This record gives sequence, C-alpha cells and structure tokens, in this order.
Amino acid sequence: MKFCDFIKIEAIQAELQATDKDGVIRELVDGLIATGQIKSEEKESIVQSIMKREELGSTGIGRGIAVPHTKHASVDRLIGAVGVSTKGVDFQSLDGDVVQLFFLLISPPDRPADHLRALENISRRLRDDTFCRFLKQSKTADDINQLLEEADNNQFVS
Amino acid sequence: MPNPTLVRAVVINNPQGMHMRPAHLFAELAKKYVSQIEIIKNGSRIDGKSVLSILTLCAMNGESISLEATGPDAEEAVNALAELVNNGFTFDQGDSNTQKVE
Repeated sequence: MKFCDFIKIEAIQAELQATDKDGVIRELVDGLIATGQIKSEEKESIVQSIMKREELGSTGIGRGIAVPHTKHASVDRLIGAVGVSTKGVDFQSLDGDVVQLFFLLISPPDRPADHLRALENISRRLRDDTFCRFLKQSKTADDINQLLEEADNNQFVS
Repeated sequence: MPNPTLVRAVVINNPQGMHMRPAHLFAELAKKYVSQIEIIKNGSRIDGKSVLSILTLCAMNGESISLEATGPDAEEAVNALAELVNNGFTFDQGDSNTQKVE
C-alpha cells in the first residue's frame, strides 16, 4: 500500500496548532472532513473512538511518531490524515518523547488487512531518519505531499 | 561458551493480525530479556524489541513467523514470546480476566 492510496493532500497539515492529544486528533479529523471523506456530523463519534483507543495504550510509538487510529463504520475504505507539529505534543509516547509526526488512520471495521498494510507502509518509511527529518522540516502541505510521493516512488532508501 | 541461539516458528493467531497493540505487547515482553530477539518473516529479519520494526512485517492472521533469540536467556525468551503469539496476544489485565487484543 502507498501513501497516495489513503492520504489526500487536503488531509495534510504542515503546522498543527493543537498542544494536546485531544486537540491534535480533532485537527487531523478536520482534515479528513475537508477532503469530504467523512461528514462533519461524524466528527465527535470518530474523535471519541480514537481517544478510547488511546486509553488502551498510546499510539505514540517512539521516535516522535504517533499513529492514532480507529475502526469506524462511517467509512467504506481506509482513509488517513498527516500532521506535523513544530513544537511537538505530549502524546504519552512509549519512549516519553513529544510527538511531531502524526499519521491518523480510520478504517472500516471489516478490513483489518488494509489497516495492517497501511501500518506497514508508515512504519517502513518512518524508519528512515532522512524521511522523518524532511517531514519535520516541511513548511507546507505541498512539501509534505511531495515527500509522500517520493516515498511512494521509492526515492528514499530504507 | 557462546550464547545459544534458539529459533521457533509460530503462526499468527489473531483475526486482526499483528497490529499495533500486539506489536507493542511483543516488544515489551521481548525487552524483558537480555537476549537479542529477532523476528523473521519471508526473508525479512527485524528487531523484535522495536514496535516500528515489527509493524513493517505486516504479519497477518494465519501467517508464519520465526522467533529467534540469542543470549543467556534465549530459551526463556523464545518460550514466553511463542506463548504470547500462540495465545493470540492474550494478556493478563492484572485480575482474573484475560482479554484477546483485537
């Protein structure tokens, strides 16, 4: 699975404003509303569902990366949002570091394989320090979109 | 005497595959051992103590992975990790209830 299979440019935010977990998740979900992939009336339900998942254990998996996610019946295919926080957000990460790179995923309840494939793609790319550094330095959604495209085209070696 | 290396093949036994929480549980358990822990799947060999690396395996339900431990507590590590996988990443929540991570 490639980034372009589940991330649209309207759902990319180069400068997240929120300073806490709830706020960041809301901003990222707003990005998905902007793409038209989810309806605004679903926002509260989706945010609550993602926060409930976070209570089971933070999806901040270390190295300044978090992948908040949930299954939700309102989507019929896997969709994702990307956000970068310049300052970093306390996400109760496994390694205690603040999180700067966010990949939010919402998948239909009956598609666990797609969720795994998206996690595989994200984790494989984010193991590359150069890719992470470029993402953190990005100033615009266009910059990030270009990086994701370059990753999709294997222009980063991992 | 060199440290022993133990290898054990196991099959993913979880409808959702080895997603983030199973990966986290596996890495946390692996970190309790001083042995080097690696997972091998389809020729890929990754660090079993890293959640990020485990997620790159994309290990789905029914797929086979090999657990490899090298070190003084290799046998204990492989036994415990194989049990975690075989039990479908069931973990004890600190009371009498156990719950499968789905």
